[in-house]
Formats: sequence, C-alpha cells, structure tokens
Amino acid sequence: MADIQPSNSAAEPPLVEVDQLKKHFPIRQGLIFEREIGSVKAVDGISFFIQRGETLGLVGESGCGKTTAGRTILGLYPLTGGKVTITGISVDHATKEEMRTFRRKAQMIFQDPYASLNPRWTVSAIIGEPLRVHQLLPNETARQERVHELMLRVGLSPRLINRFPHEFSGGQRQRIGVARALASNPEFIVCDEPISALDVSIQAQVVNLLEELQDEFNLTYLFIAHDLSMVRHICDRVAVMYLGIIVELAERNELYENPLHPYSQALLSAVPIPDPKRDRERRRIILSGEIPSPINPPKGCRFHPRCPVAIDQCKQLQPEWREISPRHWVACHLAA
Amino acid sequence: MDGNIQTGRPKILEVNNLRTRFHIAEGIVHAVNGVSLYLRQGETIGLVGESGCGKSVTMMSIMGLIPIPPGEIASGEALFNGKDLLKLSESEIEDIRGKDIAMVFQDPMTAFNPVLTIGRQLSEPLRVHIGLNKDEIRKRSSELLSQVGIPEPGSRLADYPHQFSGGMRQRAMIAMALSCRPSILIADEPTTAIDVTIQAQIVELVQTIRSDMNMSVIWITHDLGVVAEIADRVMVMYAGLILEEALVDDLYEDPRHPYTQALLAALPRVDKRRSKRLLSIPGAPPNLLVPPSGCPFVPRCQFAFDRCHEEMPELTCVAVNHQAACWLDVTTGKPR
Repeated sequence: MADIQPSNSAAEPPLVEVDQLKKHFPIRQGLIFEREIGSVKAVDGISFFIQRGETLGLVGESGCGKTTAGRTILGLYPLTGGKVTITGISVDHATKEEMRTFRRKAQMIFQDPYASLNPRWTVSAIIGEPLRVHQLLPNETARQERVHELMLRVGLSPRLINRFPHEFSGGQRQRIGVARALASNPEFIVCDEPISALDVSIQAQVVNLLEELQDEFNLTYLFIAHDLSMVRHICDRVAVMYLGIIVELAERNELYENPLHPYSQALLSAVPIPDPKRDRERRRIILSGEIPSPINPPKGCRFHPRCPVAIDQCKQLQPEWREISPRHWVACHLAA
Repeated sequence: MDGNIQTGRPKILEVNNLRTRFHIAEGIVHAVNGVSLYLRQGETIGLVGESGCGKSVTMMSIMGLIPIPPGEIASGEALFNGKDLLKLSESEIEDIRGKDIAMVFQDPMTAFNPVLTIGRQLSEPLRVHIGLNKDEIRKRSSELLSQVGIPEPGSRLADYPHQFSGGMRQRAMIAMALSCRPSILIADEPTTAIDVTIQAQIVELVQTIRSDMNMSVIWITHDLGVVAEIADRVMVMYAGLILEEALVDDLYEDPRHPYTQALLAALPRVDKRRSKRLLSIPGAPPNLLVPPSGCPFVPRCQFAFDRCHEEMPELTCVAVNHQAACWLDVTTGKPR
C-alpha cells in the first residue's frame, strides 16, 4: 500500500484501502476427484485508496473485472490474495461482530433495478430489511417512520410504501435500491453500474440524487461504470481496468485530458461525443481484436497484443505501477 | 459526413402517417401515432428516442414484423420502389425482407439460432433469395465474414453462435444482413449491448460498407453520441411521434424542441470539464395506454402553456431542412 500513498496529503487516513487485491475463480474438472485445472483471474492485484467523501470511478469494458472487484471489496466473495480495509475493518480478518458493523457501514447499489429487488416484497419490506437485520430501531412503527423518511429523501411518494417492485418504473426502482442502501446509515457505497439500465432522461435524475446524498451524508462512493462520460462527471478520481488489473489512475481531468496508457487513450477516443462537428475533428484510435481470456492473460503487459505502440519489452516484462506525475499512476513501459 | 450532399438524391423509402397500435388486456397501446419519414439513397438517418418511444415498432411495422393481432397497423403507407410495404402479402414482403431491406438487431445473443452453425444461418438468405448452389454459398459466406473483419472466415463457418464473442456475433449479424446486397440496412440498436471499443469498430465497419455498397442506413438508437457520429439526418422520437427532425449538425448545434434541448443538456460530456449538476428532465415518459390529447411532453416541459395541453402541434419547418413539433418558438420564447 505504501507505494501508492505518498501524494495523499490529507491528514485523515483513507476510508477505503485496497492493497494488491486478487480474486481468482477456480476451474475444476472431474466428478469425484475434482482437480483444479486453472483459474479465471478476474482481479489480479489491484491497489487504490478512497478518501472519505470522495468518489472513485472504476471503469473498463465488460469482463475486465470491475464488478468482481467491487463485490470482493465488500466481502461478497472471499479474497484470493491482498488486503482490503474499510473504516478500519479488515474484510478478510474481521470477527463476526466486526463483520456485522462492516455490513452496516458498507452498502451496495446494483446495476439491474429489475433483478435486485425481491418481486414478492413490498417497498416497505425491501427498504426496511437492513433496519430489521441490524436491529437499528426498536419497533415496527419506528421502522415504518424511517422507511417513510427514506422514501421522501430519494424522491418516492410514501403513499407507495405498500406497492411491489413491478409497479414501479426503472428509475423509481433504482430509487428504491438507493433508499435500501441508505437505510443503515452507511459510510461507503459501491455503486455497480447504477444507471446503465436507465434511459438518458432518467440517468441524470439518479446521478443528481446520488450527488445530493453524498453532500448531505458525507458518503464515499466507488462508482463502477462503463459510461466514461458519466464517470468524468461524477467521479473525483478515475481508475481504468483492463483484464484484471488497473492500468491507470488519476484525477478526473488529468486522466481525461492527458491519458498516458495506450488503452486509456483508445478507450477515451472511442466514446462518441454528442457533437458531430467536434466528433469529426477527433483522432480515433480503433483497437484491433478483443479482450483476451482472463484464464491465460498475455505475458508481459496484458494489453500488448492489442496495443498500437507495443515494443519488444512489452511482450516480456510486466510494466511497473509508477507515479508519473503527482497523483497520476500508470502501468506502461512507454509512459513518460 | 456532410448531410447537405445527400439532399439531392432520390428518396428510396417514404413512410407517411404510420399508426401502429397493440390491443392488450388493459386496453389499446398507442405505440406509433402518425410517423412520417423518408430515406434517400446513400443516406444514413438516425432514429433516436428513449425506450418505449416507438422507434423499433416503427421499423418493425414497415418490415411486416408486427404480430397481428395483438398488433394493428391503423393507418399509413410505406413506399419502397413504388410499392406500399404495408399492403403486401406475407409472401411478397418475404421477398423484400432480408433481400432489399435487411435488419440488424440489438441483441446478437438472441438473434441467432443457438443450435445452427453460423455458416448454416449465413447461407439461408443466399439460398432463399438468390438461389445459389452449395459451393457458391460456401464461397460467398466466407467472403462475407472476411468483409466484416472476422479472421479465418472459412473455418469459423462451422462454429456455433456461442463460440463467437459479442462483437463477433454482431459482425456476423451484419454479414448476414449484407449477404443479398440490400439497398436499405435497418440497424436497431446494433451497438447497445457491446463495449465502446468494439462499438467504434462496428460503426466504422457500417460506414465503410455503406459507402462501398451505396446503401442507405436507418440507425435506431437511444445513444445521442453514436447518432452524432453516424447519421446525416436525425429524427427525435417521443411517445410514438417525431418531435424534431434536422440535419445532424443543426440538431446538435441548434436544437429547436424543448425535449431535444433537455436530452442534450442531461448528457455529461467526455470531452468537457464538469461545470455543474446535470440538468435532469423531471418525471417519466407518458403511459401510451392513455395517450395525452395535447403534446405528450407537456408534463415534463418547462415551457408548456395552455395550447400545449389541448392540441398536438404538427412538425413545422423552423429553419432550412429543420422541423420541430412545438407550439413555442424556442429561439424567441414566444408562441408561434
């Protein structure tokens, strides 16, 4: 961890610290004598920290491991290696009591507002669940009151408290998901593609809500997304993932205006701009091929088979994680 | 892509006053409520709108793909080569579908039959429409796959769809659509399910093929960024109606409908620093079971006045090659 900390000048220690986090999923073969014949290296050694009140964006294409990273950080999958510390609690070494506190302080908002809400539960039961599980309020009346308050806060009419998820639109369901995440007064929320399933006119509503709540409750977000325009808007710093590792991490404007890793450059150049004139002037880097399999990631730099500027060294040697300029980290032999 | 070049070319498709409804248990869904549009030879038009705005139903109606019942084409005509597509018999439209007008669908996972090889599925239009023999089909199929950039096309023909990645499946889908050299390609959200770097590849591919084959393209999407990149002319749809139509540069530079303006303001930009919160559009699109009497955007429109509630404005010319359906002249802020 020490190697990515030096330019962190804030006095307070980071709320979230992730050090060399690995998550591999074993591939087994055989019926009775199961042998492990390999593993999917979904997350293969990522490190970052998030300050209290900050939003860190984790971007990358499908299969790069960003969702697995988010889930592993919250202890939803056991770690394969590395260390995750959130609000001073170490996720893999926590006692039962610590884990209970951890689950209250760290919450998640999911991508799919259709699949992440129990269709047989009313809104009241869904939002009230964390309150019941953590026994945060003495009785049902108090819980109902709190659910009311939460619904109002996320912009849902409390009249709808006894309705079921199917009676709501996508945007409203995502508001229910936000209210559920807020119920236990968390400090840290992993937002896993919270707006990808929503229409443009609704996306802005949900993003603005997340920002208001952050200001109001001093929340810390890990914002996982593939929409690079929205990430630039909402995140303070952004980490770019490729095939299980972070290839670049910097403050948002630095990353978007001066991307140093060839993958970040290609990714950013591929994002369409809703401005045809400007779009035509842009130089676009079209990558050839597709993301290789995370079972056998390429040797050396994982991006080298698709990299337009790769040199021999890239095929042999995995690039170091270097701080090129203050708070701008990149893993590329050629970055200077 | 300068839209102006295209204006002198002949119209190859002309749709007038199309209305499509669905009779369901709860009542009648008014999905398309009087859509008129045209397509010139060699031109790409973008049909943009949020989910449920009727953009896909419009195209499916033209192609005779609406199941009747519950669907009903209540009125309209769709002229192609002097024939009204809406009046053709099933066998007549089958001769055109896939041959003169081909479609590419959003989800390359479900649009292929999982138990037939890619080669078998590619050969179908060649066999049905052109009547090639076995050897010719094999040769042509492998040419098509190589045209869309799939390596080792000869051996990939024996693969099943699940052996292709998402991006490759979308390429194969495009290959299939191109097999009979159609004069119109209808692409229904072809890049929605795939990553940005692969999306950039697909957009480039379609642009190249379009100019090589002098094809016309109808690109249906909710993504205002992709449309800016690919279309010559854009139509913005809402609640089954076209609210604005303009050449691509004019639409983005000088949008004249409050809905288009609001949509563009709700989009964060990858190429610009954040200045403030996103402008969000309050509320949600209307329920098409109960079509509003006036303009469908009224409940969400900040400029709405009395007349907007009572009467739906027609698409009116607001500038050269630029039409909007709004009672307000947004440039002066006064009713027109």
